[in-house]
Amino acid sequence: MKFSIVVFPGSNCDHDAYHAAKHVLGHDAEFRWHKETSLNGADVVVLPGGFSHGDYLRTGAIARFSPIMGAVAEFAAAGGPVLGICNGFQILCEAGLLPGAMLRNRDLKFHCEHVGVRIEQIDTPFTSLAAKGQVLRIPIAHGEGNYFADAKVIADLEASRRIIFRYCDPRGQITEDANPNGSLNNIAGICSAGRNVVGLMPHPERACEPVLGSADGLVLFESVLSEVAAHGSVRTAAS
Amino acid sequence: MKARVFVTLKPSVFDPQGQTIADALQSMGYVGIGEVRQGKYFELDVDSSSADQARLLAAEVADKLLANPVIESYRVEIE
Repeated sequence: MKFSIVVFPGSNCDHDAYHAAKHVLGHDAEFRWHKETSLNGADVVVLPGGFSHGDYLRTGAIARFSPIMGAVAEFAAAGGPVLGICNGFQILCEAGLLPGAMLRNRDLKFHCEHVGVRIEQIDTPFTSLAAKGQVLRIPIAHGEGNYFADAKVIADLEASRRIIFRYCDPRGQITEDANPNGSLNNIAGICSAGRNVVGLMPHPERACEPVLGSADGLVLFESVLSEVAAHGSVRTAAS
Repeated sequence: MKARVFVTLKPSVFDPQGQTIADALQSMGYVGIGEVRQGKYFELDVDSSSADQARLLAAEVADKLLANPVIESYRVEIE
């Protein structure tokens, strides 16, 4: 199984994702520079965290125009599993592959801490091995993770069960205190209408080994490996 | 020709930076200033002799790149 990890100028969690895929899970992983136009045989695409293009203009606003994004959109449209983590989630929103946008955290602070994240839906390729309602303890590290969309989009996301992760307290309760950034409805991550594109602000790839304080993030990677093994790879002209 | 593009958060979107600035102004004693909204300002040098054409071009790049229509709106001035 092969993970293609896209590297933008300013990505800084690309190696974390690579390490999780290659060294923790023992699968193929390859970096794909953002100027490439193909994903080179990817089974899973990861848009990693970081500060692409220095977060200039808006987070992810410039990265969405990188040449590789054409191949990512094509792969996503064909049903291929795409995971956007933190800045990767912001890029997916800017690219229109996921709805909504990220605002500055409501308290204007950069939050770098472990938080509770509840898995709301398990019918995505990245949550299929999780239990509904399972609480992960994984880190966040962002200044702009305050998820926003207009009321109609939020209602559509709720109705179509596309909110996949919510910030919660250690007992799994969705509370205002457990919301680190002001995201509407405690949204930490969502999926596309086809459910194969998933974006989240927390960092599962940094929580794949007990020595790092948590291995709770592993379930996302194990899920997608199991899904690809069961359903096969998606191939497009550029993948 | 110069195009000026002003990008602001939509009125329905909370602006924590603007709120913090408003709070600072209050604490500085400026009681006559209520809400503050922070935005972005761009100056584009447009190679065009037609103001209408420059305006169209500025609006196009604002739609595509300078503003995110989910949270922001913009206006264009031509000089």
